[in-house]
Formats: sequence, structure tokens, C-alpha cells
Amino acid sequence: MAKITLSNLRHSYLPNPKGPEDYALKEIDLDWQDGGAYALLGPSGCGKSTLLNIISGLLTPSEGRILFDDRDVTDLPPDQRNIAQVFQFPVIYDTMTVRQNLAFPLKNRGVSPAKIAERVAEISEMLEVQDMLDIRASHLSPDNKQKISMGRGLVRDDVNVVMFDEPLTVIDPHLKWKLRSKLKELHQKVRATMIYVTHDQTEALTFADQVVVMQDGEIVQIGTPVELFDRPQHTFVGHFIGSPGMNILPASVDAGQVIFNGQTVTVEGPVQGDGGKTELGIRPEFVALADTGVAARVRKVSDVGRHAVIETMVGDTPVKAVVESANVEQGAEVHLAFRPDQTRLYRDGWITTEAFS
Amino acid sequence: MKTENQRAWFFVLPVLALVAFNALIPIMTVVNYSVQETFGNNVFFWQGLDWFEQILRSERFHAALGRQFLFTFLILIIEVPLGIIVALSMPRQGMWVPVCLVTMALPMLIPWNVVGSMWNIFTLPNIGLLGYFLNDVVGLNYDMTQQPISAWVTIVVMDVWHWTSLVVLLSYAGLVSIPDAYYQAAKIDGASPWKVFRYIQLPKMKTVLTIAVLLRFMDSFNIYTEPFVLTGGGPGNSTTLLSIDLVKIALGQFDLGPAAAMSLIYFAITLLVSWLFYTLMTKDDAQ
Repeated sequence: MAKITLSNLRHSYLPNPKGPEDYALKEIDLDWQDGGAYALLGPSGCGKSTLLNIISGLLTPSEGRILFDDRDVTDLPPDQRNIAQVFQFPVIYDTMTVRQNLAFPLKNRGVSPAKIAERVAEISEMLEVQDMLDIRASHLSPDNKQKISMGRGLVRDDVNVVMFDEPLTVIDPHLKWKLRSKLKELHQKVRATMIYVTHDQTEALTFADQVVVMQDGEIVQIGTPVELFDRPQHTFVGHFIGSPGMNILPASVDAGQVIFNGQTVTVEGPVQGDGGKTELGIRPEFVALADTGVAARVRKVSDVGRHAVIETMVGDTPVKAVVESANVEQGAEVHLAFRPDQTRLYRDGWITTEAFS
Repeated sequence: MKTENQRAWFFVLPVLALVAFNALIPIMTVVNYSVQETFGNNVFFWQGLDWFEQILRSERFHAALGRQFLFTFLILIIEVPLGIIVALSMPRQGMWVPVCLVTMALPMLIPWNVVGSMWNIFTLPNIGLLGYFLNDVVGLNYDMTQQPISAWVTIVVMDVWHWTSLVVLLSYAGLVSIPDAYYQAAKIDGASPWKVFRYIQLPKMKTVLTIAVLLRFMDSFNIYTEPFVLTGGGPGNSTTLLSIDLVKIALGQFDLGPAAAMSLIYFAITLLVSWLFYTLMTKDDAQ
């Protein structure tokens, strides 16, 4: 087990990258603490798989170093880094039994048969696959195959980090939840550093203690699920996390006052800096229907069970509100109240208001 | 309401008629010949299983069958591993892929009798390029028209040249269908190149390899044109394979009865061995 440090990491798939647009990863500096459960969250093509492959050693970065504890492993091949990786599609060795599959990484490293038997028994108990040990792995269902490929990662007790590359893609929805809680449980038992790559916010937020949000090859925010939800550092995080995502509204700043659609809106704290493109950010959960406030017209009301989502138009700008019960009709003229301590201002995408105190 | 009727059979009829015309009737004609004796003029005498007995007891048939099995064995033992090795060493991506594929496919596009003629001219001692080279430059004593060993080496090498590509292309198709994740997982699991081959590549190639082995078995077991054009079954009878012998009996000696019986035995052996190969190679999957 180890702390993983990424320092000045950059990667391009082109031989001679010129501008920043040629880089799949732009300047990554990041520490993964030993034993942490991390999620790497971002849309497809944001560079999260590239980052994962660099940590596992399947890719060598164009620039920068990777340290495991304080040892530089940048030039080491995957098998010498002592890492484990679970892929999007379950990788199992078809011709072997489940037992042989689990033993394979140990056998390749010349571990003694007694030790192998002990580890395989331990891991199969943890994964609850004891009764399948002597079945040919090719006969398993996708979720069990994926369990076995996880098992092959966990069977080595000296593993530095276990990485999951969208491991639930091919799993049936009702099993996803089961496997995900299994993973969480495993993490508590094994205490290995785990990195979970996904574009699904639910998976990321339920699995991880710390979520790393990426966009276009850059890390936009690192934080606990609560931090990401409460105070997104970037409009991308606000929009990407939450369902529906944060309302991002065009706004202007005039003498310290934030103006949206001709009306002054109170924000959480003093606005810093100037120039650039400014936008208001407020989560639909903190938009309420009120007697006064921003005038809007209701475009659509959808009742999603525990709450209702009201889509309104303020001028040409759509604003969503999440309320407990919707007693308005489509087409109604309403007023929206923004909760001041949850209303933030973003400049060129990045947060620019000081936190409410 | 679902109507149930037997109308579907009408749609099968044209196929049945076609198959009857091009397969069933010709085979039944052979069966007909195999149990009768004829002296022409459509006069037939019932012969029972005499022809079968005669063929099965004849040393000439045993010798030809032995040569046939030896030939097919050599072909499979050389072409299958060689094909896999070539497929493994071919590039998986880049500009050389089409070059390799086309080069590989070329020998298979040449008609069989042309291959025979090519190799005949190529290997003739003293005037053929290879024949001249082996005899007068390397100093070997090589003459496929006179020496059985030289003749055998030549027909085997010719078939390897002509048909290894088939195994290569099929294996290659199996190889490129393996997702990268398998190789990456193997790297992380610390698997050696041999283990990658044994536990990833070979299992994933198995389906196509079964087809390759079956095709190469059937084709090499039934081979006629190339050795006939190259050696005519000689020197002596040394390269007279089953099909060459069969044609000699049927068209050379015009012994239609024994030839028909031999055809059926030949067919039965081909069928039996193909079935054996198929059963052995797919039996793991059924478990």
C-alpha cells in the first residue's frame, strides 16, 4: 500500500504536441492518500481513463513523474508496480476455473502453493464466490465474472492501488447496486487505495470518500461528495453533479451588485475580481416559488415522486426549481426566490464569490 | 390468432430439389455403381458388397491410404503451427496490415493447376530456378521426377506455400478480435508471453482454428490437382495419393464398380475424421 503522487503530469497521444489542445491530460498534480477511496468522475473523453492507464503503467506519460510513496515508478512496467486494475468488460481467463483465475497473479509471481490456497480462500470468501471455485470461469454470469476480475486484483495482499475503470458498465441495473456496496465493503476490509473511474455521478458519490472531477484533461475540483454538491468550484461541477444539475444563469456585475435579467440578486458573499464572463449558479433545490422575486413563467412540471421539478423561463433563460409539491400549472406566472447563502457567482467558469459566513 | 399449417415445407422444396439434383442423385448413382458390375450398354449385374471387400483388402488401397494420411498429417503439423506463428508476428495496426493481408491472400488466389505447373517448372532439376539452385549452387542431389523423397518434399512445400495463408488469415482474424483489456490485464497479472498465448490468445483463436484445421484436413485429404500436375503420382507410385489412385481406377482402368466403392469408402473416412476432429476440438465447450 502506498501514497500515490502525480507530479506535473501531462500526456499527449500525438508525437509532437503543440498547443494545450493536443494534450489529453493537461498538467495534473495530485496526491492520493494511502487507503483512500477515490472516484475519478468526468464525461467520456475527459482523460480519466488516460490518467488511470498512466497510474497503472499501461501508458507512459509524455511529461511528469508518478511516485508510489517516494519511489519513482514512471518508467516501471505494470507488473512491477504492484497495482490491480478492473476493466470495463470483465477480463477472465476462459479456459481456467474460478480458482485458477484467482490464483493466476500469485502463481505468476512465484508465490508458494500453500500461500496461494490461503489467499484464494480468503478472497473467495470476501467476494462470496466459494461455491463457484471449481466452475470454468467462462460459464459465469457477467456480474460474477466482474467479481472474479476484482478478486484477481485483491488476491495480492501487497497491492498498492486497485483501480476500477467503469467496472459496472455491463452489469444489470439491479446487480449494480449490490456490486457497488460489495466494493465499498471490500474497501473497508482491505484498506487498499482504490480509484474508481466513472461518468456516473451516483456511482462516484456512493463509492468515494473523495471525488476528483475532471473535464477536458484537467482536474476541476477535488472534494467529498458533500463539498461537490454544496459549493462547486466550477460551473462544470455544478452542472455535472446533481440531478437536475445547477442552474447556470448569465449575470452581470454592477458596483458589487449581481444583476440577473434586470433584477438584483443577493449572492453568498462579496464578489472578487472583475471582467470576464460572469454567471450565477444556484442549485434547483435552493430555488423556491415565492410571492416576490424573479418573475418567471412555468414551462413544465414533472413530478418525480419525492419531489417535483419545475422548469421555468426567466426571459430566455431556463431556470429549474425542485420543490416538495408542485401546485402550479404549466403557463403560470410565478416568482422565484434564490436562497442567498446558496447563490454563487462564477467568473469564466470558476467561483468568484467569497463563502457565506 | 396464430394459424398453424404445413405451408413452410413448400418454401423448402426448391432447395430440396436443387440438393437432390446436384448431390443426392449423383451420390446415389455412385452407390448404384458400387454394388453392381457393368459391361456397358446399361447392362448391370448385382455384385453385393464384393467391390467394397476387394478395395478394403487390396494392398494398393492400403498403400494409397497410408500415403494420404502421411501427407495430411505433414500438412496439418506444419501449416497449423506455422500459420499461428505468422499470424502472431503480423502487425495489428498501421500501414503494414493491408500489405501483409494482401500478400498472404495472393497464393490462395492462384488456381490449383496453375500452382502445380508453377512448381513443376520451378523445381525441375537443371532448368527450374529452384532445381538448378539446389543442384548446381547448393550441391544437393535433388530431383523430384526421380526420387520419392524429393517428390514428397516438393508436394508438401508446395501445399504449405499455397495454403498456410488460410490458417494465417483465420488465426489473425481471431487475434485481432481480442480486446486490449485482456493484454493489459495479463500485464498487470504478471503473465509471461507464453502464458498470454496459452491462456488468452489460443483460447480466443480456438473457434477459428477449429475451422482452419477442418478445412485444411478436408482439402489436403481430398487433394488432387496440384500433386497430379506436379508429379502425376510418381516417381513410381510414391506420390499417388487416394484421389489420384481413384481417378486412375475410375478413368484409367474404367473399373467403375471398384472406383465407386472406393469413392464411398474415401468419403466415409473423410467424414469420420472430420467428425473426430470437430468433436475433439469442441468437447471442452460442452462441459
